[in-house]
Amino acid sequence: MDDRYNLRLYVAGQTPKSLAAIANLKMLCNTHLAGRYTVEIIDLVDKPELAIMDQILALPTLIRRLPQPLKRIIGDLSKTERVLRGLDINARSAF
Amino acid sequence: MQSKEADRPASPLAKTPTGIPGLDEVLLGGLPAGRPTLICGAAGSGKTLLGMTFLVNGATQFGEPGVLVSFEETSQDLADNVASLGFDVPALIAAKKLTIDHIRIDRSEIEETGEYDLEGLFVRLGYAVDQIGAKRVVLDTLEALFSSLGNEDILRAELRRLFAWLKQRGLTAIITGERGDGTLTRYGLEEYVADCVILLDNRVEDQVTTRRLRIVKYRGSAHGTNEYPFLMDDQGITVVPLSSAGLDHRISHDVISTGVPGLDAMLGPGGIYRGSSVLISGVSGAGKTILGASFAAASCERGERCMFFSFEESVDQLVRTVGSAGIKLRPYIETGLLRVETKRPSSFGFEMHLALMQRELDRYRPSAVVIDPVTSFRGPDSEVHAFLLRMLDMLKTRGITTIFTSLTSSNDRVAQGDFGLSSLMDTWTSLLDIESNGERNRGLYVLKSRGMSHSNQIREYLVTDKGVKLVEAYLGVAGVLTGSARLSKEAEDKVEAQRQRDEIAHRRREIASRRAVAERQIAELHAEIAAQETEAARLAAQDERRETVLEADRAAMGASRGVHTNGEAKPHMPSEKLRDMRARAPRGPRATTQGTR
Repeated sequence: MDDRYNLRLYVAGQTPKSLAAIANLKMLCNTHLAGRYTVEIIDLVDKPELAIMDQILALPTLIRRLPQPLKRIIGDLSKTERVLRGLDINARSAF
Repeated sequence: MQSKEADRPASPLAKTPTGIPGLDEVLLGGLPAGRPTLICGAAGSGKTLLGMTFLVNGATQFGEPGVLVSFEETSQDLADNVASLGFDVPALIAAKKLTIDHIRIDRSEIEETGEYDLEGLFVRLGYAVDQIGAKRVVLDTLEALFSSLGNEDILRAELRRLFAWLKQRGLTAIITGERGDGTLTRYGLEEYVADCVILLDNRVEDQVTTRRLRIVKYRGSAHGTNEYPFLMDDQGITVVPLSSAGLDHRISHDVISTGVPGLDAMLGPGGIYRGSSVLISGVSGAGKTILGASFAAASCERGERCMFFSFEESVDQLVRTVGSAGIKLRPYIETGLLRVETKRPSSFGFEMHLALMQRELDRYRPSAVVIDPVTSFRGPDSEVHAFLLRMLDMLKTRGITTIFTSLTSSNDRVAQGDFGLSSLMDTWTSLLDIESNGERNRGLYVLKSRGMSHSNQIREYLVTDKGVKLVEAYLGVAGVLTGSARLSKEAEDKVEAQRQRDEIAHRRREIASRRAVAERQIAELHAEIAAQETEAARLAAQDERRETVLEADRAAMGASRGVHTNGEAKPHMPSEKLRDMRARAPRGPRATTQGTR
């Protein structure tokens, strides 16, 4: 139970950065968190109030809601090393 | 959509008033409408408060809702900070006139994993603006981003985009920035905000803090170029464009009382002109404050508002001091006709004093002011002079009649401590000590009074329990007689006058008795004459009888001799003698007595 990941990705519109982030996140989750993650993608163009509620400034922003504590990383998630470090995921290959 | 526009030909640029007293004046209308303005200053210089005031005034006075994006303080903190100014931030937020968005950035929480932008800020700002239809935006302070986000290139690109976005949305924005070392802002925000830059400064000189504000630039508009002092206290922000005063004040021919009837009488029109300035100079204890208070009381008596700036005494002490001279200020204070402002001269710098004074004058709008005393301001002469000149201009442009009291160290009327003030004044009354006969008395004279004739006398005055009284002047050999010398002279005069009256009465009595004597004598003489006349008449009658007898005798004798009597008879001598005697009779032997009549 402890190692289930609840991730939320904030983007704004279908910008190249948004699309890149979404693609990178999917790949990363499949690689490192197969079967133990849920991802929610929020487009702030549709729900701008969430930007305020969740203290979003830079986009894209990825928030690890679970496991605690809450972690946030920004950028298009192209630097996998940093993403893993930011999300506190051990860079072990799935077996 | 557009804010109130200042439709002046010299400044076609649309402006958004800040509603901050004095600032709009300096900005000739307000901030550039629909454009960003940079406000920079050191920590604690008032950037946030200025921004907050801009928003609150917009919401409450100009019908323009506003958004505050705070990178430093939480919404709650901001609301608490300005609550003491009477700004009800929660109510404004509830009424959808104000939105505060606190953007919290914790560097430790952020891992940069590739390309990003600050679209989140745009989304939030756009959302907040749209929610309440905001026209005003304050970003306080964007520089927090620099310390939180590592990638300065991205940040700078995004800031450029942000300012373009604000302009494009037609938002009048204030961006605050921390003062940098040798630059306006630490991160060079001034590069992005080219329209209007305002610098706030907080300087400490001689342990006295003075806040100043300067418009560094204002594209497309004229603006005040000086450093203007501003106040930040329980009344909020007040900018004081002091140097705007000039020599174009209107004058009045209306004459009002100085509050001392005797002094009024020394001035040609029976008082001073409304809106003029009066200097009362004198040594310590001469009664300057009492004269000032007399004027204040007279103003209140006429139903005109008066402000008394007391730089040496507290309100209570002032009331007691002048109360002993029969001037009751307390009732006027209670009815609000009189306001007493007490400030230690050393509490603030000159600028702050002027700024405070100006704000109070504009708020309270008195028609009369007493400055007691101007000489309590210490500093380099030229500065004090400039300070007093500006104070005078400030009062004159408002048409306020002002009494300045000035302490002189001796009876020398060009004594130090005057700061050249006397030449600026319309009326100058000097109080002096007259020392003679081992006592000190008070004398008053009018040195000058512009536009009116005035007495050249030195008049002694007394501070009685019914106010200041001027008494008649007595000139003695050594000059004006005062005090007991005057009293003894007065007594002497009384004795002399009495003596004169006695003398006249005495003369009258003497004449009356002489007249009585003379009249008695006249009566006696009349009686005597009457007696003599009676005597003469008796003699004349005797004589006539004798004549008749003689005639008869002669006739008898003639008849006996046979001769007619025709009056030519020879023996007539005796009868002629008699006729002579009859003619002279009244002059007889009493002729000398007659001569004295």
